[in-house]
Amino acid sequence: MAEYEAVIGLEVHVQLKTNTKMFCSCVNHFGAAPNTHVCPVCLGLPGVLPTPNKEAVIKTILTGIMLDCDIAPRCKFDRKNYFYPDMPKNYQISQYDQPLCDRGAVTLNLLAYPKDVQNDPKTVADKKIRLVRIHLEEDVAKSTHFETSSSIDFNRAGTPLMEIVSEADIRSPEEAFAYLTALKQILIYGGVSDADMEKGQMRCDVNVSIRPKGQQEFGTKVEIKNMNSISAVRKALHFEIARQIEDVESGTTIIQQTRRWDDGRSETFMMRTKEKAHDYRYFPDPDLLPLNTEEGLLAEAKSRLPELPAAKKARLVKDFALSEYQASVLASEVALANYFEKAAAAAKNKSAVANFLLNDYLATGVDVNAIPLPAEYFSELANLVEDGKISTKQAKDVFAKMVSDGKSPAVLVKELGLSQITDTAELEKLCEQAIAANPRSVADFKAGKTNAVNALKGQVMKLSKGKANPQAVGDILLKKLQA
Amino acid sequence: MASPEIDVRYVADLARLDLTDAEAATFQKQLSSILGYVAQLEKVDVSGVPAFSGPVVNNLREDVAGESLPVEVALSNAPKQDNNLIVVPKMIE
Amino acid sequence: MSAHFYTESVSSLRRKLAAKEVTPLEVANDLLARIEAVDPKLSAYNFKPDAEKVRAAAAAADVSKPLGGVPIAIKDVLNVEGDPCTCSSKLLHGYTAPYDATAIAKLREAGAVFVGRTNMDEFAMGSSTENSSWGVTRNPWDTERIPGGSSGGSAAAVGGHEAFAALGSDTGGSIRQPASLCGCVGLKPTYGRVSRYGLVAFASSLDQIGPFTKTVEDAALLLEVISGHDPKDNTSAKRPVPKYTDAIKKDVRGLKLGVPKEYFISGIDPEVQSAIKAAIDQYAKLGAEIVDISLPNTEYACAVYYIIAPAEASANLARFDGVRYGARVKNPKDILDVYRSTRAQGFGPEVKRRIILGTYVLSSGYYDAYYNRAQKVRQLIRQDFTNAFQKCDAILTPTSPTAAFKIGEKTSDPLQMYLADIFTIAVNLAGVCGVSIPCGFTQGKLPIGLQIIGAEWGEENILRAAHAYEQATPWHKELPAI
Ligand SMILES: [Mg+2]
Ligand SMILES: [Zn+2]
Repeated sequence: MAEYEAVIGLEVHVQLKTNTKMFCSCVNHFGAAPNTHVCPVCLGLPGVLPTPNKEAVIKTILTGIMLDCDIAPRCKFDRKNYFYPDMPKNYQISQYDQPLCDRGAVTLNLLAYPKDVQNDPKTVADKKIRLVRIHLEEDVAKSTHFETSSSIDFNRAGTPLMEIVSEADIRSPEEAFAYLTALKQILIYGGVSDADMEKGQMRCDVNVSIRPKGQQEFGTKVEIKNMNSISAVRKALHFEIARQIEDVESGTTIIQQTRRWDDGRSETFMMRTKEKAHDYRYFPDPDLLPLNTEEGLLAEAKSRLPELPAAKKARLVKDFALSEYQASVLASEVALANYFEKAAAAAKNKSAVANFLLNDYLATGVDVNAIPLPAEYFSELANLVEDGKISTKQAKDVFAKMVSDGKSPAVLVKELGLSQITDTAELEKLCEQAIAANPRSVADFKAGKTNAVNALKGQVMKLSKGKANPQAVGDILLKKLQA
Repeated sequence: MASPEIDVRYVADLARLDLTDAEAATFQKQLSSILGYVAQLEKVDVSGVPAFSGPVVNNLREDVAGESLPVEVALSNAPKQDNNLIVVPKMIE
Repeated sequence: MSAHFYTESVSSLRRKLAAKEVTPLEVANDLLARIEAVDPKLSAYNFKPDAEKVRAAAAAADVSKPLGGVPIAIKDVLNVEGDPCTCSSKLLHGYTAPYDATAIAKLREAGAVFVGRTNMDEFAMGSSTENSSWGVTRNPWDTERIPGGSSGGSAAAVGGHEAFAALGSDTGGSIRQPASLCGCVGLKPTYGRVSRYGLVAFASSLDQIGPFTKTVEDAALLLEVISGHDPKDNTSAKRPVPKYTDAIKKDVRGLKLGVPKEYFISGIDPEVQSAIKAAIDQYAKLGAEIVDISLPNTEYACAVYYIIAPAEASANLARFDGVRYGARVKNPKDILDVYRSTRAQGFGPEVKRRIILGTYVLSSGYYDAYYNRAQKVRQLIRQDFTNAFQKCDAILTPTSPTAAFKIGEKTSDPLQMYLADIFTIAVNLAGVCGVSIPCGFTQGKLPIGLQIIGAEWGEENILRAAHAYEQATPWHKELPAI
């Protein structure tokens, strides 16, 4: 069997986080009663006109800047004509030949890949997937299908939608997974969208073809729709690539078609073949004047440019003395990174905070977008250890209580009676008791068996019921024995 | 625009318009004559001429919520509705 | 015997109302009686006015406002909240508008009383008001003839004195041409002057709302009320509204009036030609300076228009599909049938013709040859006007090459009908303003109109020129014998 490679391109539609719709001032919000966020404009009533949402334009430009696109100095809106009941005007206002953003790229950082392939040698960290363009358009209504009829709710009609088109640079389902993960990260970083595929905030159509490795020309591409999560995209691609290879191997010609992913059955099914090309009759929307992005819009978008994952990671390594790995994980989620910075602010050992957060806290399955614990608790806990007030082992117990009871570490240390004995006079007394009671160990030490001190230390810890600071006890014992 | 031939049925289909045979024949003739007339634009030298467009003005709306219609007003002209939803014969994807 | 008011101009009526010589209710009753008597002969209105509603609005009118208590007729293409808005299309019979157009809201704010919905060519497509689901409107000067179009109902209502003033819309001459044919004043403002919000779109880059009036002063008054920036219309200009009623007070001495040589070639009726020549002479006598100008690309205006307007219309009219509103076909087979049959049964032949034409010129493989090329030639036409207005302040032309033609005379040949708009179309393509005023009659007593074209935002100049001519001539005082 020949070796095949997949050629994959993604078209991603992203719902923008705005207060209002793209071309009218109806609220952009989901979950309301049907047809309550509608007005003459988004219902396409006779005589209405669109008024473009400045915030949506700025957020699209901001996305373009974050993804290294060229921002068009001048752009316009076009009408894309086709009839469909979920589209009130029977044309969609979109952008055809002058999109807001041109080219650019998404970088696939290692952690964006599925966990099970992050250590796979075939995984190419920091691969760049080029973008063709990003444009701004309006969403359609939501329809529900029944036996013989369909019902339409226009609340979603006319909400702002950004379309991000990639080049066919993706070569595996895992890269597609990483592409969507990395893209989602950036969108969340910019506050542009929550980009949750399960909520339909990010929707993607996948184009995939296969070709024998080494072949230049593309195979016949197949479009797949209806994936509701990033993992589903990966699964659908695996299925589809295998299906196409099987067809080619068995001599079946692949025809251009659109297939639907059925998540329950984990298979793609043919929806339609492309026998007739669409004729969208694009033309500039005469209701909307062209835009000059250099007049205020670009500057406004630039002023909102956040620190992006790569820069954040570098800063965390430098300013917080974290490991590359810790910094990467923290920077992969802006909410987590922000929480960490607060959590570590007052800590003397910031790496310790990162460990508590990443190794212990995230393991409890907490939602990083809504961490319930006050961030300061982490600094407090790390400093208790750092100052020798509690042992690392005790810290684990305090941490568990802190998570379950939501109480501050200082309060818990008191409640649990954990605080270490650091009072030197008291420790000296305990050490003298231990020395007096264990002449044998003392003799061993004097004879050169230096680890005999550990037996004495154990005695002191026992006498203190574990509350003595072992470090301090060791120091005192040595001083006394060597005197 | 060399050919003023127009496939009236194909175009009417794009425009979602049923035509009777008589209409198709009449339109075929009339539209060919109109297209023959507009073909005179071929004579005009438009090299280097930009396409007409409105002024480049950022007349953009601030992202501030306004009022929507009460649902009964929004659907007051609807030919068919049920439970505040517009109803159509089943849509095909 | 009670006095009649229906022949009054808006301005004189305003003075009488403000001076309490007459009440808004008396005015309304007099006009309603006039409509009752005359409209059966003209069919200017699509529905009998709701007399009780009109009376109630009149009784509540505040006469201290600029149009307080003045009844105004509205072309059936503008949305008035709670009223029908049919665009003279079967598809919209039964449709009730849930909101006010901005121009309507401004009239309301100024105290106007809405008196009825005037007939038009379906979706404003036509030059004769013969393409209407409500039947043809007749010319008040000769009821065997068309009133012009598409705003023929508004023109006939004002020309026949069954409205003091009316609003219309003008995409390629749809205000100026019927005004000319019905002997009244019709003004097409500069594109962007009056908000299009609430005007059912025909061709978005060409449409403008404007007034039909009996005098130039009234046109200035109405324009003043309906103009101004509207945040609901992205193409509406952010420019202050001048006092047009002051601008008309100046005479025309020193005003440079251009006469384009291309507008006086073939196809003009000799009676129209001589009336326009006489008007030019009149201006010279009034002290204006007459200059020769050239608008060389005007000959392409019709061809450009019949690509761009149908293209835009094909998209604008796609929303009339029987899904959210409109007369959905009974028992549709499937969703495609809802579209195809609803539209086949709802639209008349002219609308279908233009939708097909517009769809064709935008379709794959033809866009560059038709639409894109037309937009380039349109740019040349705009440039012609820019050049011309460096030499003159306004331009004089006939409004229509002929006076009103007979009903049915041109219905079988759409192309001949389209060419009737030859003098008005270029004004819309260039986005400039124009007004038509009465400038004489034919032997058969049919009105002839003079078109005065102004530059972008040149309304003050054309109103000034129009007013000076009107004051020096008797035409606007003539009444049709109906
Ligand atoms: Mg799209
Ligand atoms: Zn809305």
